[in-house]
Amino acid sequence: MRTDTAPAPAAVAGVRPPSRLASAWSRPGVRLAVLAAAVLVLAALYLFTAVPGSLGYAVKIRSVSVAGMVVVAVAVGVSTVVFHTITQNRILTPSIMGFDAFFMLISTVIVFGLGATTFLRADPVVLWLVQVAVMTAFSVFLFTWLFGGKRRSIHLMLLVGIVLGTFFRSLTEWMQRMLDPLDFQVLTDTGFASLTRPNETLLLLTGILVALGCLGVVPLLRTLDVLTLGEPTAVGLGVDHRRVVMALFAIVSVMVAASTALVGPILFFGLIVANLAYSYAGTFRHRFTLPAAALLGVVCLLGGQLLLERVLGFGGSLSMVIEFAGGLFFLFLVLRKGAR
Amino acid sequence: MTATAVATTSTPAPARPRRTWVGVLIGVLLVVLGIVSLFVGVSDVSVATLLEGGADGTAAFLLVASRMPRTVAVVLVGASLGIAGLILQMLVRNKFVEPGTTGVSEFATLGMLVTIVLWPGMAIMGKMAVAAVFGLIGTWVFLRVIRAVPVRQLVLVPLVGIMLGGIVGAVTAFFAYRLDLLQSLGQWSQGSFASVMQGRYEYVWVAAVMVLVAWVAADRFSVIGLGEDFATNLGLNYRRVVAVGMVVVAVITASVLVTAGMIPFLGLVVPNIVSLIIGDNVRRSIPWVAGLGATFVLACDLIARTVRFPYEIPLSVVVGIVGAGLFLWLLLRKGSRAH
Repeated sequence: MRTDTAPAPAAVAGVRPPSRLASAWSRPGVRLAVLAAAVLVLAALYLFTAVPGSLGYAVKIRSVSVAGMVVVAVAVGVSTVVFHTITQNRILTPSIMGFDAFFMLISTVIVFGLGATTFLRADPVVLWLVQVAVMTAFSVFLFTWLFGGKRRSIHLMLLVGIVLGTFFRSLTEWMQRMLDPLDFQVLTDTGFASLTRPNETLLLLTGILVALGCLGVVPLLRTLDVLTLGEPTAVGLGVDHRRVVMALFAIVSVMVAASTALVGPILFFGLIVANLAYSYAGTFRHRFTLPAAALLGVVCLLGGQLLLERVLGFGGSLSMVIEFAGGLFFLFLVLRKGAR
Repeated sequence: MTATAVATTSTPAPARPRRTWVGVLIGVLLVVLGIVSLFVGVSDVSVATLLEGGADGTAAFLLVASRMPRTVAVVLVGASLGIAGLILQMLVRNKFVEPGTTGVSEFATLGMLVTIVLWPGMAIMGKMAVAAVFGLIGTWVFLRVIRAVPVRQLVLVPLVGIMLGGIVGAVTAFFAYRLDLLQSLGQWSQGSFASVMQGRYEYVWVAAVMVLVAWVAADRFSVIGLGEDFATNLGLNYRRVVAVGMVVVAVITASVLVTAGMIPFLGLVVPNIVSLIIGDNVRRSIPWVAGLGATFVLACDLIARTVRFPYEIPLSVVVGIVGAGLFLWLLLRKGSRAH
């Protein structure tokens, strides 16, 4: 991660006539290519180094975790950048606004309502789709209510989001406590796997959903650029603001639902990735920031996992490290931007 | 903190009969819920079994060893947490702070972890003292960080506090995870009165003492709430009063943490509701806050004990739902100062 972000300030600070290398570096496309190369190198390192036994077996197991990280990184990166554009700020993220707590609540409510036997007898694919559909419908409703209408201050929305998160988590826990132990077991089994060992069926499903979400964003790339200018300007330029924002909220919800179901909530990951992406891409055009956020997400997850697992010898605590670093970064952002 | 105190001290003028009625209502509710709380539980404790068993019977033993301590602890925790929130709100001059939204609770929890690791055999009183010292450090850190907030924005202050708490919480969780102490930490950080009994709850009386201190110093805190310059102008030793307030908040937080664990949003919601009813005079609101806080926690504890009878769900879950709901209402209602 360090190697490919470090040259950026040097390129900006160049007072001398820029060399060919520097001018190439200032093009967002080139930066994306460098990032993609970094992802490939890290993936290769993760897959093929430090193999204790049979290479084939290790690669098979590890490619599943790499795929999981890619899906999560794409979902979190893309949904956060889109969310930032819709809500006109760079601090609020879907996770901070309680989206993933909301998803956990929905899955609990479904198990609670149906009971484990019906839950187990139902087709998992259908069930999963129902979960995502309910989540999408509710969150579009909830967040158009919060963000539509009168414009509230960002800090108020942040506080509301954090309190909403506590509210949803408490409700979830309440319901989980009310469940039979068997039902609870079913919920935790179908619910959440770890970052490095995702459930394969779930991974495939989320992969498809995230891909569909990305495809949904592609035709809206230019509209997103226009939305950056603010609602009045966007409307003036002929954007059907309400409809587009609703559609984008739906896409964001689907992606958050997907990544939360796969690895559980990671509160600050989106915040780090999106803000890194803005400064790395050096532009606000979404055809660059969206892939940059996704790729940076992969770099963070793969690089972080490599560093923790292979270099420092800690297992499985990456999400805690992300929370810690993300919390500090968030505090920095809020305090620095607080003046506005 | 008793019903009479709530009822009598809250009658400033006969011109406001509605306030009096609300005060009487809170007092009556407090007494009724307190009595109900004595008789709710798995074992059969009722007037009949009490009379039948006499002073040495099982029912009488249960009443003295388990039910009464629990009820007293609930009342004291509710009252003192409300007061801690009230004092902190005066110190920071912000309506949306309480130990949980300023990182004080998280610092105190970190203190608990430190005692568990370094001095595992330490008496609970000692653990509580260490937790209080950490809580004090937390209050200090928070007040320092808040100074860096460019404009005194109403909702930015609790936001920064929550983040501060999140960071300290992540550090605590990381070390607890590395040292295999997550479970014993969870015991402290999740609020519940399930394990309260005779001999294990008396630390909460320390919080009650702090409530008395707050009551004695009430007028000073009122003046502090007007700002440093104004308070100094009135001849008040600003730093000393702030220091007293910080100690009150930290000690209450630590003793509640030791007895019941973390209880979210209570110290925030209760003083705000009281201020909606009677305004911002600290001396007048202290009995109100204490009474309403106690009633609120009693009601939530009763829900936690009965909703999945004979099992319990943690109190913090119930308070989390009710308290977060009320907090959201306070933030989003029309005419809220947060806009």
